[in-house]
Amino acid sequence: MTYLPPETIHGAMFDTSELVINMGPQHPSTHGVLRVVLRLDGEKVVDADVVIGYLHRGIEKLSENRNWTQIILLTDRMDYVAAATSNVGYCETVEKLLQIEVPRRAKYLRTVLMELQRIASHCLWVGTHAMDIGAMTVFLYAFRERELILDLFEEFCGARLTYNSMRIGGLPQDIPPGWDKKVLAFCDVMDGKLDEYETLLTHNRIWLERTKGVGVIHGAEATALGLCGPALRGSGVARDVRKDEPYAAYDEMDFDVPVGMAGDTYDRYLVRMEEFRQSLRIIRQATAGLPEGPIVGKVPRLIKPAAGETYHAIESPKGELGYFIVSDGKSTNPYRFRVRPPSFCNLQALPRLVRGHMVADVVALIGSIDIVLGEVDR
Amino acid sequence: MIEQFVIPTLKILIVLNATLVGVSYMTLLERKVIAWAQSRLGPMRVGPSGVLQPIADAVKLLLKEDITPTKADRWVFTAAPVISMVPALIVYAVIPFGPVVRLFGRDVSLYITDINVGLLYIVSVASVGVYGIILAGYASNSKFPLLASLRASAQLISYEVAVTLTLVSVILMSGTLSMVGIVNAQYNAHVWFAFVQPVAFVIFFIGSLAETNRAPFDLPEAEQELTGGFHTEYSGMRFALFFLAEYANIIVVSSVATTLFFGGWLRPFPHVAALHFLDLIPSWTWFLLKSFVFLYIFIWVRATLPRYRYDQLMRLGWKVLIPLAIANLVLTGIVKVMLL
Amino acid sequence: MAEAIAFYTLAAFILGFAVLVVTTKDTVHSVLFLVLDFLFVAALYVLLNAPFLAVIQVLVYAGGIVVLYLFVVMLVNLKRPPEAHQDPHRLSKLGFGLAGAVLIELGAILMSGYLKAPPAAAATPAVLPVVGNTEQVGWLLYTRYLIPFEIASMLLLVAMIGAIVLAKREL
Repeated sequence: MTYLPPETIHGAMFDTSELVINMGPQHPSTHGVLRVVLRLDGEKVVDADVVIGYLHRGIEKLSENRNWTQIILLTDRMDYVAAATSNVGYCETVEKLLQIEVPRRAKYLRTVLMELQRIASHCLWVGTHAMDIGAMTVFLYAFRERELILDLFEEFCGARLTYNSMRIGGLPQDIPPGWDKKVLAFCDVMDGKLDEYETLLTHNRIWLERTKGVGVIHGAEATALGLCGPALRGSGVARDVRKDEPYAAYDEMDFDVPVGMAGDTYDRYLVRMEEFRQSLRIIRQATAGLPEGPIVGKVPRLIKPAAGETYHAIESPKGELGYFIVSDGKSTNPYRFRVRPPSFCNLQALPRLVRGHMVADVVALIGSIDIVLGEVDR
Repeated sequence: MIEQFVIPTLKILIVLNATLVGVSYMTLLERKVIAWAQSRLGPMRVGPSGVLQPIADAVKLLLKEDITPTKADRWVFTAAPVISMVPALIVYAVIPFGPVVRLFGRDVSLYITDINVGLLYIVSVASVGVYGIILAGYASNSKFPLLASLRASAQLISYEVAVTLTLVSVILMSGTLSMVGIVNAQYNAHVWFAFVQPVAFVIFFIGSLAETNRAPFDLPEAEQELTGGFHTEYSGMRFALFFLAEYANIIVVSSVATTLFFGGWLRPFPHVAALHFLDLIPSWTWFLLKSFVFLYIFIWVRATLPRYRYDQLMRLGWKVLIPLAIANLVLTGIVKVMLL
Repeated sequence: MAEAIAFYTLAAFILGFAVLVVTTKDTVHSVLFLVLDFLFVAALYVLLNAPFLAVIQVLVYAGGIVVLYLFVVMLVNLKRPPEAHQDPHRLSKLGFGLAGAVLIELGAILMSGYLKAPPAAAATPAVLPVVGNTEQVGWLLYTRYLIPFEIASMLLLVAMIGAIVLAKREL
């Protein structure tokens, strides 16, 4: 869509012209440096043009000059809200290329860490989404719980945001003693807190009015647009990489995948709220059944895969996170490193979702899709 | 001579100062209450537990650079915050803090004046307050503030209708427009009007949330919205004056709610002799206590609820509150005629 | 005595603002002066022992009607930038003619008032069964002037419906 000057809509009794307004890149509600150019007819959005690239740091190009282990650091910085998931996705892709067997303990620990990360990411999502719609208190409650998870991560790998917490073949170090007890204690705390969030939001009249029927998209169109993750599941499509193509220890875990029917913002909200609880379920199972053993598999000292390419996808909190790596067999750096970020693909649907809605809904919809600009722009 | 000039002047001075201090400390109250609702502490650094925060804020705002947009209408730009603030302050002329008491050997009434159209005076002054918002948006000479101010004023005007209708039901109950008369009517009726007019009270409360641009009806001034709000071009003390005016309006609305629905200065169960020890608490303290409860509820609501979209807000006002208020009014009228 | 001072001061302000309403170049300023005018007229009503009318004047006129004037004026002002107006004196002949006609009419009324003998017993106002301005207005409105009251409300209803029809895009 090119930038069009305001046109006059003929045929109406009073001629009104379209207004073009710009939202971002600095804006309290765009969750990062996102720019949305809206064409409005009165209060209704006629079209939206999403402009991205403000956070592009050239991660994929930088990867071509780093060896396979150094790239793990870069994957942290894409989806910085759920960094451990990006780490695991990348490591698993390389392990797939190298045919490395990851020991069971490492798989379980990876599952625990990824699910903790899912909860942390969803905490941030619920906090910012609610705050955009006006319920400021949920933001602080959600971040309070996110702090608990960040404390757990800090104990494990020393960092709160960019973890570098995985290695090709396993984990860099084992969990400190007592960590699993702390994780289980956190799960018990989190259950009660989830009820708090639900009390404030799920049956709240105003919340329902702001989210029901807003941004409706049905299964077929959602799949066609490339939506993935909770945004897709809210539209009735039961696609979850953890179930369809299990990785890490998910094939040994017992959990459900929530699917919404109406495809509106409210259903996407409910899907993610239920995912909280399913994540807690998985964490409890994985922590309770943590096997003993080594935490890193047999990995060659110098990682130099033979020429070849592979694609591997995992279910990050935002959706299907895929890595495509090409090795030319000659150097210790990848020939090509390509990420399939879920936020980027979900963001494609934004113009379709906001069309016909009011300006105030744009903010709700950006929150509903749950994007991280680090991932969108890389 | 003293009765005619000195005492009213003293009363005005006391009420005005108390109101202005109250308004600035309400900023602190809001920050603290919302903070406690959100598991944090709020301002803590300035003064013990942050008590001097409003003073620090005032000093900071007064020292800021005074920016006026170039093409803005200078007189209107400067006048708009004043027009917002003044109605909120002059309403206090008719609000009764207590009955006639004996002070220093004189009978002093604890209200500045009691005109026999007190309630209508409050409503009319509130409707003049809308000008502040309209002019602020216009004077900024920019289309977003103008549109935002038109939206905000349309919201105010719509909810004014609903609120005024509930006030009419109260007038039906009390038979008089005078504020003191309404409190006396509650005394004579042995019941606070909130209990005989619950619907009117609820509509009044929701309507005043909208009138004062408070959550959940604060879309016109929320930062997350695209159009910046009518105060976008304002900075420094002028900007602060808008928000102080909003807080002053909240305090006014709480005082009016107390007077109209909760017995004003009356203590609970004024006719029950056994509770005479409650008279130790002076009447104006009861009034302030009850108003404070309402203030707290305003802040509590802000911390809890998400906000309505503008069209949902208008729909609520026109399609839900006004019909309910009219129905309540008709019902009250019928009951009153039948009981007579 | 005090009443006379109050009256003449108010009258001076009212007339002054009225003149400003007509002479100001900026339309929005003109409307604002009109608001001030109405507020002073309300004060005049208070002077005439009609507090109810005074607050109604503020509530309805200053706080309702002029707000709507202001909306329209502001939106029109924004759409059309203040360009050089056409010759402001282009209709002055017509203006003077009409003003002269009004002046002659007013003069005729005043003179006839002075020339006629004062009405006997100054038409003692009917003693109303209620006291107080609000009560008196209410009593009259609902007994003697009931039909005009109902007609006025019908008029407002028609205006409201008309506005809704005009503003809606599809019905």
